[in-house]
Amino acid sequence: MSTVQPAAPAPKKIDYSSDQQVRWCPGCGDYSILKQVESVLQVKGRPKEEIVFISGIGCSSRFPYYLDTYGMHGIHGRAPAIASGLRSVQPDLSVWMITGDGDSLSIGGNHLIHLLRRNVDINVLLFNNEIYGLTKGQYSPTSPEGAISRSTPMGSTDHPFNPLALCKGADGTFISRTIDRDPKHMREVLLRADDHRGTSLVEIYQNCNVFNDGAFEVFTEKDSKPFHTIYVEQGKPLVFANGAKGIKLDGMTPVIVDLTNGTHSQDDLWVHDERDPFKASLLVRFFDDPRKEGALPRPFGVFFVSDRHTHETKMNAQVALAKQKQGDGDLDALLRGKQTWTIG
Amino acid sequence: MDMIQPPHHKTVEAREKVVILFAGDSGDGIQLTGSQFTDTNALFGNDVSTFPNYPAEIRAPQGTLAGVSGFQLHFGSVDVFTPGDMCDTLVVMNAAALKVNLHKLKKGGIIIANSDGFDSKNLRLAGYPDEKNPLTDGSLDNYALHTVDVTKLTRNALEGTTLGMKEKDRSKNMFVLGFIHWMYGRKIEGPEKFLEAKFKAKPELLEANRKVLRAGYNYGDTSETFTTRFAVKPAPMPKGTYRNITGNQGVAIGLIAAAQKAGLELFYGSYPITPASDILHELSRNKHFGVKTFQAEDEIAAVCSAIGASYGGALGATASSGPGIALKGEALGLAVMLEIPLVVVNVQRGGPSTGMPTKTEQADLWQAIHGRNGEAPIPVIAASSPTDCFEMAYEAVKTAVEHMTPVILLTDGYMANGAEPWRFPEAKDLRPIVPPFAKPRETDEAESGTLSAAEGRVLSEVEAFLPYERDERGVRPWAIPGMKGLQHRIGGIEKEDKTGNISYDPLNHQRMVDLRAEKVAKIADGFRPIRLDSGPESGELLIVGWGSTYGAIRTAALDLQKEGHSVAHVHLRHLFPFNNGLRGLLQRYRKVLVPEMNKGQLRQLLRAEYLVDAQGLNKVQGLPFTAQEIRNAVLELLAR
Repeated sequence: MSTVQPAAPAPKKIDYSSDQQVRWCPGCGDYSILKQVESVLQVKGRPKEEIVFISGIGCSSRFPYYLDTYGMHGIHGRAPAIASGLRSVQPDLSVWMITGDGDSLSIGGNHLIHLLRRNVDINVLLFNNEIYGLTKGQYSPTSPEGAISRSTPMGSTDHPFNPLALCKGADGTFISRTIDRDPKHMREVLLRADDHRGTSLVEIYQNCNVFNDGAFEVFTEKDSKPFHTIYVEQGKPLVFANGAKGIKLDGMTPVIVDLTNGTHSQDDLWVHDERDPFKASLLVRFFDDPRKEGALPRPFGVFFVSDRHTHETKMNAQVALAKQKQGDGDLDALLRGKQTWTIG
Repeated sequence: MDMIQPPHHKTVEAREKVVILFAGDSGDGIQLTGSQFTDTNALFGNDVSTFPNYPAEIRAPQGTLAGVSGFQLHFGSVDVFTPGDMCDTLVVMNAAALKVNLHKLKKGGIIIANSDGFDSKNLRLAGYPDEKNPLTDGSLDNYALHTVDVTKLTRNALEGTTLGMKEKDRSKNMFVLGFIHWMYGRKIEGPEKFLEAKFKAKPELLEANRKVLRAGYNYGDTSETFTTRFAVKPAPMPKGTYRNITGNQGVAIGLIAAAQKAGLELFYGSYPITPASDILHELSRNKHFGVKTFQAEDEIAAVCSAIGASYGGALGATASSGPGIALKGEALGLAVMLEIPLVVVNVQRGGPSTGMPTKTEQADLWQAIHGRNGEAPIPVIAASSPTDCFEMAYEAVKTAVEHMTPVILLTDGYMANGAEPWRFPEAKDLRPIVPPFAKPRETDEAESGTLSAAEGRVLSEVEAFLPYERDERGVRPWAIPGMKGLQHRIGGIEKEDKTGNISYDPLNHQRMVDLRAEKVAKIADGFRPIRLDSGPESGELLIVGWGSTYGAIRTAALDLQKEGHSVAHVHLRHLFPFNNGLRGLLQRYRKVLVPEMNKGQLRQLLRAEYLVDAQGLNKVQGLPFTAQEIRNAVLELLAR
C-alpha cells in the first residue's frame, strides 16, 4: 500500500460570472461595480447557490443577469418588498439588492424607508447617477435643482433628495457611500456591508457617461478631488485637502479649519465614530453643492453602524415561541376549532 | 343554570325556520349578541346562516341612521341556505335601528324595542317627524310590538354592584341575549361559557354580565307581555361533527391546511383593508403552524413580499379587496412571468374606488380575469359560501403550487363575515399537494464548463439547468435559492423558451405567450366534471350563478322545482378557465339566467365564450339577493 498522500488541491477560485453578455453602455460606471461585487463574493467564497441578487428596474437592475447566482429582476421600485419576503423565509442566504436612484428613491421610495426601519438583513447597492438612464435621460429625484434634462429643458424645479440623510432618517443601521471610480474603496465598503447584520445601505456614485457624464467628476478628478471629498475612517480625525484642512465641530456645526496656519491641529478635529448616531446624522448632511464657496467636502466611507435586531430574527423568534408555547400546529385541532357539536 | 320550565300560561309554537334581525347602534354589541345566539342554535343542531351588516365607521355618531349595525340570523329545523329574505323578529335597540330595518320585517312580525332608545333625542336623530314616537303612535299596529326598557332593567339587575353607570349600560346586550334565548326555548349555557372565558381575569364583569343575561332570560318568563315562545327543532343535517365558520376563517384555515399538506411554509403579506383584514388576524394567531405574517407598508409591498417568499420556496399568499387588488396588478403580471406559486384572495366589496367598504358586491370579476397589462392569464376561482371558502382556498393553493402560477380566489364581504355550520374534514382526508421541485445537483463543474472526468464531456452543454423547461402540463420546475447547481435568473422581461434568458425575439415572444396561456387552459383538465346544484339535466331554464349568490339561487331553484318548473341551477367555482363541460350544459336549456351582484360580468363572459343568449339579473345595492328576487326573475324569463 502506498503511503504517499496526494497533495490537497488548492481551494478553487469560484467564478461568479454568468454566461450572459454584459449589455451596459461602454464606459458605464456599472462595470466597475460589477467587478468589485465579484471580487467581494470571491473573498467571501460562499457557494453560488447561497447567493441571491434581487433588483428592480433600470440600467443597474440588469445586474442579476450577469452573475451565476440566483437572481430576480423584479418590477420598478419593488425590490425591497421582494427581498423582504425572500429573507423572511430564507434566513441563511446572502441576499443583495441592486437598485438605482429612480428605482429606490422615486417609484420605490416607500419600500426603501420601510426596509430600513425593519432592518431586513440584506445588502443594498444604490447606484446613484442622478439621472434616468434606461428611459433615456430624464431628471431623477437626486438630480440637482436646475438640472437640464430631456424632461426639464429649462432646468429642474425640484429639490433633490439627500439619499443618505433619508436613509439615516429611516433609522438605517448601516449607512455608507462610495464611488465607481475608486474601486479599492468600494471593495472595502462592500466587504463591510456584507459583514453587517441588517440592511446595509451603500450609496454608490456612478457615472452615466451617456446622459449625465461628469456628474461626479469634481469628486474624482485629480485637481478637485482632494478639496471636495473627505474619506472617513473609524477613529481618525476628519482631514482632507491633502492634510491641509480638517473639520471641527463647533457645537453642532461642522466647520472647515486650516491645519497649515498654526491656528488648528489634528487634535481639534472631529474624530469619526461610526457608532455615534448624532454625528452620523451630521455627516450625512454634508451635502453642499461643491461649486458653492466654502462648501463642506462630500464624505465617503462608512458613516453609521448599529446593531439593532433584524426583522427576520424577530419574526422567526415569534414562530419559535409560538411553537414552544402551543406545540407544533396540529392541523386537526385547527380544523376542529374551539366549539363543535355532533349530529348522528 | 338549568333552563327554567315555562309556566303553563305561556304557549309554545313550533316553527320550521326563523329569521331574527338584531339592530342597534354600532356600539351596542349587536354583532356579539347575534353571533352568540347563532352559536347556541348551531350547537342545538339547527342549520344556520348569518349576515352581519355594519357601518364602515367604527363609532358612527350615536343614534343616527348611518350608525346602525345589524346582524341577521336564519336558523331552522330544515336546511337554510341564506340569512333569509324577510325577518320574523326584529330586535331594535333604538329608533334609528327601527327606521332602517322595519321594511325587512314580515307583516305581523314581532318587534322587540328598547324603549330607552326612543327618547326625544333618539327620535330626532332617527328623523321621525316632530319626534312622533312609533312605539306609541299606532303606526306599528300591524306588528306584534313589545316595548321593553332594556336599559332600566339592566341597571336594576346590577343594583348594588360597584360598576359605574356606563359599565352597567354596556351589558344591556346581555339582557337582549338572555331574553331571546328564552323566547326560542334555548338554554343560556353557551353564552355563560363564553362570558366565563372572556372575563376570566375580571370576575366582577363576569358576574355582572351573567346577572344581566339571566335577568333577560327570567324577564321573558315572568313578564306578562310575552305569552308565546317558539320551538325550532334540530335540522336533519348529515351525520358528523360540526363547527361554525365564517368565510374569512375558512380562507385562513384553508391556506394553513394546504401549506401543511404541501410541506411548505406559509408566508402571508398583507395590508389592512376591510373586509379582508380578518384573514390577517386569523393567520397571525397561528404562528405555531410556522405561519409568517407580514403587515406590509402598502398593497404593492404585500404582494411583492409574497412573491419574494414564494421565490424563496415558501407558499406566498396575500389578500385584499378591490382597490388593493388594483394596486397589486403589476406584481400579478410579474408572478405570471416568473411562473411561481402565489395565492391572491379578493374579498370583494362595493366599488368602484373606495366604494362601500362594508357592503358586498361581485363586481371585481373582470378585474380578476382581465385586470393586467399584456396577455397575463391567471386562474380565477370563486367560493360560494363561508364553508366553501375553505375548500376554494385549499384548491387555490393546490393549483398555484402544482401548476406554478398565481391564482386569484374571489370571495366577498357577505360570505367573509357570514357564518354557517361546517362539517369539517380530517387532515388525513385532504387531497395531497405536490410541489414540482427541481432536483438539486452535485455538479459544480457543470456550470463552469469543465470536463467531467468520468465521461470526458462538457457537462454544461448537456446538463445546463433549464428553469423554463416544461412538463406535459406545461409546468416548469421550482428551483429554490439554496438548491445546489440550479442557479438561474428570472424576471419580468420576456424570457427565452427553456433557458429563461432575456429574449426580444418575435417568434419566441409569441411562443411564450402561447405556452403561458396553454398552461393555464390545461388546468381545466383536472377539474371534476361539471355538476348541477339542482334541477333537470336539460330543460327550459338554467340559472348560472357564482359566488355568494349561491344560497338565494338554491333556495329559489328548489322552490321552483317543487312547483313543477323546468329550472336547473349550476354554480360556477371555476371562472377562468371555465369547466370544460360548461359549453355542453348551456346548450341543454332553452334559456339561461345569470344573477350577479354586478352589471353582468359573468354574463358577458359566457356570451363571448359560448355565443349563448344569457340574460342577466343584476343588483348593485351592496346587499345580497333575496330568494324572492331570483324567483321573480326566473318566472318572468320563463313567461317571456
